[in-house]
Amino acid sequence: MTDSTSFTDNPLGSDTRIEDILEGFELLDDWEERYAYIIDLGRKLPPFPEEQRLEQNYVHGCQSQVWLIHQRDPDSGKLYLLIDSDAMIVRGLAAIILAALNAKQPQELLAVDVDQLFKELDLMRHISPTRGNGLRSMVGKIQNIAQTEAA
Amino acid sequence: MNQPASAISQTLDLEAVRRDFPILSQSVNGRPLVYLDNAASTQKPQAVMDAISDYFSTTHSNVHRGAHTLGDQATAAFEGAREKVRGFLNADSTREIVWLRGTTEAINLVANGLVDTLKSGDEILLSHMEHHANIVPWQMLAKRTGAVIKVIAVTESGELDQDSFRELLSERTKVFTITQVSNVLGTINPVKEMVAAARKMGAITLVDGAQAVPHGPVDVQDLDCDFFCFSGHKLYGPTGIGVLYGRYQVLKDWPVFMGGGEMIERVSFEGTTWNECPYRFEAGTPAIAEAIGLGAAIDYMAGLGWHQVAAAERTLNERIQSWLPDFNGLQVIGTAANKAPVVSFVMDGLHPSDLGTLMDQQGIAIRTGHHCAMPLMARFGLPGTARASFAFYNTPEEVDQFFTGLKKIQRLFAE
Repeated sequence: MTDSTSFTDNPLGSDTRIEDILEGFELLDDWEERYAYIIDLGRKLPPFPEEQRLEQNYVHGCQSQVWLIHQRDPDSGKLYLLIDSDAMIVRGLAAIILAALNAKQPQELLAVDVDQLFKELDLMRHISPTRGNGLRSMVGKIQNIAQTEAA
Repeated sequence: MNQPASAISQTLDLEAVRRDFPILSQSVNGRPLVYLDNAASTQKPQAVMDAISDYFSTTHSNVHRGAHTLGDQATAAFEGAREKVRGFLNADSTREIVWLRGTTEAINLVANGLVDTLKSGDEILLSHMEHHANIVPWQMLAKRTGAVIKVIAVTESGELDQDSFRELLSERTKVFTITQVSNVLGTINPVKEMVAAARKMGAITLVDGAQAVPHGPVDVQDLDCDFFCFSGHKLYGPTGIGVLYGRYQVLKDWPVFMGGGEMIERVSFEGTTWNECPYRFEAGTPAIAEAIGLGAAIDYMAGLGWHQVAAAERTLNERIQSWLPDFNGLQVIGTAANKAPVVSFVMDGLHPSDLGTLMDQQGIAIRTGHHCAMPLMARFGLPGTARASFAFYNTPEEVDQFFTGLKKIQRLFAE
């Protein structure tokens, strides 16, 4: 069992909020700055517990390896998520997703329009069904978890 | 046919050539497109699009039905394209040229034809660098017949290990199937010598020419293989059309693949007899326009001059080589001396998918992943690579843009 602090110590979604990222993005002009920022966000992903690299936590449909685990806090009812990938840009995009979806009540999470968010960030291409990086399956898996938890 | 503007000079006038390929002049992500995914599919010259459009505007009708003028004209154009393919492959006769959808279908046709002849313990010899299309149909065949697949090793430099080949080749080898050029590494294999050795053992031989044909015509009589196949879209032609060459003596008795119209001589409920080669393998209405488009592609390339095309590719290879020695952090997979202008690579600390995304931002189209060759990836202990594959219409400046693009990405990650 993974220590619950690995989940609750994650600054993404609590200290680092999606609003901050949206603001940060507005200041960036060209693709280099934008992707440098995304890469930087990826470096903020908290370490992923090694013992959780299991088949059931593997997100399929990605060119890179992506892992996703979750834990529901019994007291607050909030849903905590951890994601890892061996590709830096996928890590960065995962950090954005966590900033938007982590540490929320399942119902709150389900209310977030991820497509709209990626449109605002001009990162829509990454989440389109034709893209092989599996971001869509990552988001789909998170929403499924939230749905199960909300039921 | 209009002569391409660029055909006049001895060396290709790349600017003129590129005007023949309208897609190359567009911008992607605000940058001029640098298309380096030619091993996946090549772009099409205007001549190919015109041929298809003209065909539909003036000639279209079903083929081989006689009875009316358009039908005769369509048949003549369609069979004319077959003759162009025959010439391109230097096959003995158009009876040996079967239209199919592509390389994958061709290999499946050949593999299927062996279901009743292969026995348990018979061996199918292929290599560790094959595309999945030249692995999976054989695995399916092996499963149905009890035959065994033997795999020729690939050396550290990405070449076929000839010792391994000699060791594995025996009288048990009933099928020898090999790619002429590796789609991942660009290695050009010594297929002629290998085919000769395999035929001596009595094996049926197949050469997967999908990655070879964009670089020049092939002489199947010189290769002396039983089967050779390629896809039109990799030869600057349309998608959905491909070719299986089969040596007539072998092809004439090869079991049919699909039943239907066109492939029959006579149908009755008492029994049906098959049509002649190659029609017996072409059930249903074929991809007429695409075949004609492929014929136009062959004409276009001949018009440019294959020697000039080869010279342009050499220039690209030289420019690639000039960048490699001083490029820190870049590891090229596949360093054979004899190779097509393909750079398969990994970079320290960078996932291929990161490379693909960040090159795309710069308008540079490369392929990332396993390239439908997972066994080869496993051989090199890699989950995937990034691959830049050049065509004759790429410029030396694009080679520079490719490498400076990579440097930019390195800097981005170093920050």
